[in-house]
Amino acid sequence: MSTPNVSKTFRRARRFSRPSPWVYLFLGVVLLASVFPFYWSFLIGSGDSYTVRDPHMSWLPGGNFWANVDKVVNDPSVNFWRALWNSIYSSTLIAVSVVFFSTLAGWAFSKLHFRGRGRLLVMVVATMAVPMQLGVVPLYIMFSELGWTGNIGAVIIPSLTSAFGVFWMTQYLRQAVPDELIEAARVDGASSFRSFLTVGVPAARPAAAMLGLFTFVSAWNNFFWPFIVLDRQDPTLPVALSLLQSGYFVDYSVVLTGVLLATAPLLLLFVFAGKQLVSGIMAGAVKG
Amino acid sequence: MPSHRSIAPQQNGRSALREKLTRWDVKTAPYLYIAPFFLIFIATGLFPIGYTAVISLMEWDMVRGTGEFVGFDQYWRVLSAPEFWIALRNTVSIFLLSTIPQLVAAIIIAAALDRNIRARTFWRMSVLVPYVMAPVAVALIFSNMFGDKFGLVNSLLTQLGMTSIPWHTDPFASHVAIATMVNFRWTGYNTLILLAAMQAIPREYYEAATVDGAGAIRQFLSITIPGLRGTLIFVVVTSTIGGLQVFDEPRMYDHTGTGGPDNQWLTIALYLYNVGWGEWDFGRAAAMAWILFALILLVGLINLIVTRGLVRDDSAAVAEDAGRRARRARRATHDNAQPVEEASR
Repeated sequence: MSTPNVSKTFRRARRFSRPSPWVYLFLGVVLLASVFPFYWSFLIGSGDSYTVRDPHMSWLPGGNFWANVDKVVNDPSVNFWRALWNSIYSSTLIAVSVVFFSTLAGWAFSKLHFRGRGRLLVMVVATMAVPMQLGVVPLYIMFSELGWTGNIGAVIIPSLTSAFGVFWMTQYLRQAVPDELIEAARVDGASSFRSFLTVGVPAARPAAAMLGLFTFVSAWNNFFWPFIVLDRQDPTLPVALSLLQSGYFVDYSVVLTGVLLATAPLLLLFVFAGKQLVSGIMAGAVKG
Repeated sequence: MPSHRSIAPQQNGRSALREKLTRWDVKTAPYLYIAPFFLIFIATGLFPIGYTAVISLMEWDMVRGTGEFVGFDQYWRVLSAPEFWIALRNTVSIFLLSTIPQLVAAIIIAAALDRNIRARTFWRMSVLVPYVMAPVAVALIFSNMFGDKFGLVNSLLTQLGMTSIPWHTDPFASHVAIATMVNFRWTGYNTLILLAAMQAIPREYYEAATVDGAGAIRQFLSITIPGLRGTLIFVVVTSTIGGLQVFDEPRMYDHTGTGGPDNQWLTIALYLYNVGWGEWDFGRAAAMAWILFALILLVGLINLIVTRGLVRDDSAAVAEDAGRRARRARRATHDNAQPVEEASR
């Protein structure tokens, strides 16, 4: 990958020129804008239903946060624990499946020779431009014929593979694995699947980690299709959030507490894996 | 494992079988590896797309699970409804209000991150924080902040002596609010993509420009922007595809989720949902899906042409020129025994 080299040259070239304080001030403002909505949610979420309407609202959190948490998780119309479980379950399964099938397909597209390889890869890339809306009506009809509407499986199945994932792994494996390595494995008598496991999988690990993170985040945040196909009693977290607001009298202290609860797992993931996510976006972009 | 050649002659039968297996393995395995993607795509992508076209020509009957052929009537019905044109106007308006400021902001932030800052990973991570938040969550927070009577934005405005803005009744104001949600979530993501492209621009170009006496802004306009050309096209096209499908934010902008009492922020994707799963008119929803797709293709194409035209492709000339200048710069640096960067400050 060329990124590390580029940034190293860059660092060397500009070693002496630290930017002016204005740059830091500007980035500080951007940082504040990025995290302020979280603080705002906490501010409202730690108040009561009147906090929102209070013109002299304090900028310090109130004492009602846990009471609001209790309201969210025990709201009978929202089914919070069920939603949390559905989100964890479906996002994990989707991430694992996308990583596995993308690595497998990426391995074939980048390292194995077969007829129609180029054309099939172009087809994979072309499918990325198709909007979700174009297929929802028949997809919904299909799943309701099968009796799967309302079932979390209807959310998982269409996402089990991803064109972006296949493309991403193909690009990565193409330059990460020298062809000689595969030939060596073949000469040693390894079957094609065995050489995938012993050569491909270890080489793919960094790209697979990034793909897994991305897939997990977008599956967790997905709304349009789960909102259509799931029952209100058996939602994912974004669908559950939409229910918090659906009543005629909306208590924003409860709604924004729900927002924080639904976002907390991803913030936690971001604290541990944010670095990889950042470098993943940057690496993908160079090739994009 | 022994290689085929080392197998002893008396095992010839087995070895022949194994060779056959190996050949079969080499020939067939690649197709098995790519099969899962294509199978899932055909079942949940390709087939539904074709089926959408069929349904869009039918008056769909939910109960019988079939329809009556009506031809292009559905398309005429969609196009003759005033809501469709309002939704189209809203979609384009929200799309423009989100894409343009977002990309301008992303380029500026990326330029700041491209400097030799301390704690670069920290700053990079900080711009990506909004990206992990669900659009639904972002929409709930911002629709609260943009509340008409008690919202944060309006109370700040009135404290500053200005009049409050009717965020939920005025169409344009509601578009601004919804675009803000989209911008909040996506600016950091695009910043990082553009930053990656900026880092790939050879540093010699900047050195050469510095030697020639070009200031920071001139360097930004003549080196950075042309150098980002390919990535800018990529970012514009991907945000077109995403921006025209905007659903989550307008859906969550008020508690009814219908796109406003006067359709102020009804977008095409939201309209499609309301027709399909509110009125249960699948034929019309399917026709709308195809119209939306055509719109995405059209706007994507226009964007491609405009971006190509706006950002001139003079990178080849710049590269040639800069190479010459860089050599001159290095010589100059060498002569003066002083780093170019320092000389410029």
